Amino acid sequence: MKTSQAFLMAFSSLISNKMRAFLTMLGMIIGVGAVIAMISLMDGMIGYTMGSFSDLGADTISVNFTGKGSKMLTDDQMYGFLEEHPEDFSDLSPSSTIYMTVRQGDKTMKDQGVSGVSESYAAIQSLTIDKGRFLAYADMLSRSKVCVIGTYVCNEFFNGADPVGKKLKFGAEEYTVIGLLKEKGDSTRYSADDCIYAPYTVVGRASGSAEPSGYTLKMANTEQSTEAQQVLEDFLYGFFHDSDCYRVANMAQMLDIMDDMVGVMKNILVGIAGISLLVAGIGIMNIMLVSVSERTREIGIRKSLGARQKDIKKQFVIEAGVLSTIGGGVGIIIGGVATTALGNAIGMSCSPTPSAVAIAFGVSAGIGVLFGYMPAKRAAALNPIDALRSE
Amino acid sequence: MKWSNRKKIGKADRDMSEHSHLIELQDIYKIYQMGDVQVRANDGISFAIDPGEMVAIVGKSGSGKSTIMNIIGALDVPTEGKYFLNGIDVGSMTDNELAAIRNRQIGFVFQQYNLLPKMNLVKNVELPLLYAGIGDFERRERAIASLTKVGLGDVWKKYPNQLSGGQQQRVSIARALVGNPSLILADEPTGALDSRTSRDVLDFLKELNSEGNTIVIITHDNSIAVEAKRIIRIHDGKVIFDGSSDDYKGQVTEQ
Repeated sequence: MKTSQAFLMAFSSLISNKMRAFLTMLGMIIGVGAVIAMISLMDGMIGYTMGSFSDLGADTISVNFTGKGSKMLTDDQMYGFLEEHPEDFSDLSPSSTIYMTVRQGDKTMKDQGVSGVSESYAAIQSLTIDKGRFLAYADMLSRSKVCVIGTYVCNEFFNGADPVGKKLKFGAEEYTVIGLLKEKGDSTRYSADDCIYAPYTVVGRASGSAEPSGYTLKMANTEQSTEAQQVLEDFLYGFFHDSDCYRVANMAQMLDIMDDMVGVMKNILVGIAGISLLVAGIGIMNIMLVSVSERTREIGIRKSLGARQKDIKKQFVIEAGVLSTIGGGVGIIIGGVATTALGNAIGMSCSPTPSAVAIAFGVSAGIGVLFGYMPAKRAAALNPIDALRSE
Repeated sequence: MKWSNRKKIGKADRDMSEHSHLIELQDIYKIYQMGDVQVRANDGISFAIDPGEMVAIVGKSGSGKSTIMNIIGALDVPTEGKYFLNGIDVGSMTDNELAAIRNRQIGFVFQQYNLLPKMNLVKNVELPLLYAGIGDFERRERAIASLTKVGLGDVWKKYPNQLSGGQQQRVSIARALVGNPSLILADEPTGALDSRTSRDVLDFLKELNSEGNTIVIITHDNSIAVEAKRIIRIHDGKVIFDGSSDDYKGQVTEQ
């Protein structure tokens, strides 16, 4: 028998047993759909989380001085350190955040963070300007009372209207808004958009200290974040002789840990997915086994008409393969729709990843054929006389 | 399947002068081991059937007639003895070779028709040709021709359950005929039919025989058996009568 005829026969057999075919496929559909939805949503979530983290600066190390000890590092000393270690750090900016009451007209925000930074901070943290401009070197020198705000702050005080040129009161002092940053997070409190940046030469004073209380350093090479951190800590210890005087936070290291955690989660998920696909495959095998016993007579008739073992095997394997392929195909569509719908519901943009689709489909078709083969072999080996006698 | 098996069969032990019969059974034994008990379903059966004959193999249930039918039909192989079909030794064939014999040499007609219910008539009749690897067009043409021969050519799109028992048996005869087999092997062909349709089917088989087809009917029913020209009676795995139906009638009335 030709293979093309075997395919036609498999299709017509499936069509004439729609209910059984559908029930068999259901397992595959749900299995594949669930696997695709799980993997894709997980990928989306990982992407989202990692994205948010790198927004915070995956390639930066931040230093905060605790205020202990009698000495204070000056900004000149920090810039000197930067020049000495170009292989570890490419840039730095003071970053001292103080929390105070910010006012605009009759609107007040208590404990609003205001960060004193330099003009290079935008580049270090990949901030982009939506309206107006970012702080400039001249603002540092002239100690201008200007600031750049994030979209959350803009929405709170100006209802999203163009804030450039408007005034904000930090405590008693009045600052002019010179720029609005592009939305980075989701414009809520404590997101990346909840920020106000002013020249460190002014805000440094406002915090009651002559020097910035912290720095953000951009690493030259994120692969060597541990080495860079060591260099920085050696420098700081050399200056303070007391590790209690400063805190060093390395975002890249946190990102590494996150990566590991996410990897473990992903493996667990793939394991669960594998199990559900296996269950779907066993379902197919079950139905094929039942179908073989149900169709013993048919097998007997076919054998009496001259079907060889090979022909019977072919028929059942192709039936199983067609079943699981169609089931897998429908599962992919359902998985894709579910991913998009669920993604939208949680507010993430998720789409089925090609790898998830490929794995789910490959495994489903493979399992279908594999588990179709065993009953097929049994069917083919049936003695035609016994098969004909069965009712 | 194709024609490759023909070569294999050709190599098999054959001697045309000695085996000019269509079927030749030489001392066939079929022995089943049921626990400690040995059951001799066929206990040294020998007979020959020539082309163009119409033979009834008759016997009660348990007589061994079904076993000999299975051997003649290449559904089973004997424990001992030789079976020549067209001079070719079938008794020692492999599974695939037996399938080829069933496909090309033998047309089965069963008591329960054994049509596939989910296929229409023409597809049912096409099946032997499908396994013979014959192309779509020729297959369809020959199947329709065969259905026409049994008087069902115009309803080929119907399904088996839309037909009466007699019509279904005609379809199974069409299926048996479609591959131009050397032998039509009918196992209780009227067993499931009422007497009037039984008559039709028997007349049709006789008609086929008069056209030159070799027909072997297996039955337990003497009234069916006497329709054949020659009768072979099996009892306890042995041939106890082999002769013309007229002689058989005499013997039965004597008993």
